Amino acid sequence: MSLLELDGVKVHFPVKKGLLFDRTVGHVYAVDGVSLSVEAGQTYGLVGESGCGKTTLGRAVLRLNDITEGGVVFDGTDLAKLPSEEMRAFRRRLQMVFQDPLGSLNPRQNIESILAEGMAAHGIGKDAAERRKKIEDILAKVGLPSNAMSRYPHEFSGGQRQRIGIARALVLEPDVIICDEPVSALDVSVQAQVINLLEELQESLGLTYLVIAHDLAVVRHISDVIGVMYLGGLVEEAPSDALYAGPRHPYTKALMSAVPVPDPEVEDRRERILLHGDLPSPANPPAGCRFHTRCPWVQETKCATERPPLLDTGDGHKVACHFTAEIEAGTVKQTLATGIEAVIGTETVAAEAVETAEAEAPAEKPAEDEAPAEEPAKAEAPAEEPATVPAQADADATEQTEDSPKA
Amino acid sequence: MTILTNKADKIDRLAELTQSSETVTGSSLWREAFRRMRSSKMAIIGAAIIAAFVLVAIVGPWLAPHGPTAQNWRSEVFPNQGKFVGMRGENWFGLDHLGRDMFSRWLVGARQTLLVGVVSMLIGLIVGALVGVLSGAAATLGGKVGQRVDTVIMRFTDIMLSLPSLLLAVSIAAVLGQSLTTVMIAVGVVQIPIFARLLRGSMLVQGGADYVLAAKAVGIRRKRIVLTQILPNSLSPVIVQATLSLATAIIEAAALSYLGLGNPDPAVPEWGVMLSQAQRFFDNEPMMAAYPAVGIIITALGFTLLGEAMREALDPKLRG
Repeated sequence: MSLLELDGVKVHFPVKKGLLFDRTVGHVYAVDGVSLSVEAGQTYGLVGESGCGKTTLGRAVLRLNDITEGGVVFDGTDLAKLPSEEMRAFRRRLQMVFQDPLGSLNPRQNIESILAEGMAAHGIGKDAAERRKKIEDILAKVGLPSNAMSRYPHEFSGGQRQRIGIARALVLEPDVIICDEPVSALDVSVQAQVINLLEELQESLGLTYLVIAHDLAVVRHISDVIGVMYLGGLVEEAPSDALYAGPRHPYTKALMSAVPVPDPEVEDRRERILLHGDLPSPANPPAGCRFHTRCPWVQETKCATERPPLLDTGDGHKVACHFTAEIEAGTVKQTLATGIEAVIGTETVAAEAVETAEAEAPAEKPAEDEAPAEEPAKAEAPAEEPATVPAQADADATEQTEDSPKA
Repeated sequence: MTILTNKADKIDRLAELTQSSETVTGSSLWREAFRRMRSSKMAIIGAAIIAAFVLVAIVGPWLAPHGPTAQNWRSEVFPNQGKFVGMRGENWFGLDHLGRDMFSRWLVGARQTLLVGVVSMLIGLIVGALVGVLSGAAATLGGKVGQRVDTVIMRFTDIMLSLPSLLLAVSIAAVLGQSLTTVMIAVGVVQIPIFARLLRGSMLVQGGADYVLAAKAVGIRRKRIVLTQILPNSLSPVIVQATLSLATAIIEAAALSYLGLGNPDPAVPEWGVMLSQAQRFFDNEPMMAAYPAVGIIITALGFTLLGEAMREALDPKLRG
């Protein structure tokens, strides 16, 4: 039995309209049937582009969003159906580290007060002095001086603030920490420090992580198992090494092919799979396979009508595609040419509305006319920074192939 | 000699350095806002005006050279013939139409004006803040039921806001009868929906912030989240509004007195009453209206300046 099991979790946000009384006119299918399990002491990495529902899923585990359907079984208890006061008690064991380190700290509380509040809420420590001692210990563990206690969030740097966020989770001695884009708001140099800190803490405290990120390099580094999300559902799940060595779902293949290689010669010859268009609106997802509108291997049968289940294809490598075996064997041909200009004008508004809290840049719309002119400047970015937003990487890749024979 | 003082300076500076690194105490946002206020000219001028006004209001009645109601020079003024007495050594601001000393009346009137302003602002602030907190807390953390409660409360305040404030105050004063308390209640009630909406709106913004979500995730109780997380971060606009509304409260109280709905005893001096009395003789003796008018204008200006300076100081965008 895994420590944390999600069973067909659905989170649908009602879209309301009305002058005096709100009518529900539709739903945003932010998370639409995700099942996964996280083993104790392991790290599960969840990747996907902006608006695919990964943050919503992470929050749903902690019941920070209402769960429309499905179960979140933590250590034998289904959290989805717990009354709120019992859920509050469970929050001690399930903690969260947020994306925006400054925004997630109350600007009017000093660090001691921020950390002590959670302890008081769960009755950890008999009195203020005992809590103070514990806070000092935890601050030392995350690499902050004890004089940080009397200071306020705005007096720290970005990396230090994220350490405070981690300390806030740790003081409650949780079993599971959900890290929602823990490093995406930080400088690249600081990202590594925070990632290493998370790994050290996992080793010394036996923590279990669910890491949500769009940065493939970060996820690869930290995760044991990786799940790839597309438009509210998992499309592929595999042990970290297996996934990077041989992605099997067309979407994962496209994602992986967008990661630049830090070797100019290999980089030049690297084959890229380029996707058409933007992420469809989660308020009106495509029927059948969610990915069929952009899939290079889309077939006449099944794809548009039947949603593929996530099936084990061997060695715990699960893929949600009707034609996994055929694509591997090369018996089906690419039906859509890749690298051709995307359809402009798909709805990104609804996608943004779902994940408003995500401070990520919205997916860049590839602009046909400007692309060749911008190419040199844009192409530099991935070389400097191996961590790239998949959606941006798509856009970059599109631009490169437009005017060059490289790809 | 100069070298010596330089050395002493350097040592002092060194000493300061070690001191600051040994005892690191964080500066809260309130403290930083106060520090910014101290270096703002607007805040200093505003505060100085208000300090002077409060001082006059408190000690004024003792400083008054004559009784504010004593008609000592009744025989010297003939309002019907347009004969008045202006500034002179004995009566700095001259005499009013009943031969009373204007300066004494002005000093004593300041206290009444301050009292009306502060009390009516407090009525608006306290009731408005309570309504606002209830509504804001219900909307952010009360779930579906809470949102209904919030909608009902807000539609009610919208109705109050849609009435012109002076008209509302006049109707309240007319219903309750003529008295000083009436003026305070009337002017205060007008402010209630403003404070309620402001605090509720501010709480809604803060309620959606990440740190509130984080507090929920940590498992802090909802009541505590409102009190320790949302409310302290929502207060700055309310404090600014309270300062600014002192100015409007004073002006509105003066307006009510001017319309004859103020203190029924015309003998008790109040700037608004003095202004309305002076109106009748404006052609012959405009200075009689000028003193209370200037008093009202300068005080309102002082509160407005301080309020604006506070808003700038509390603006999170300017946080350095």
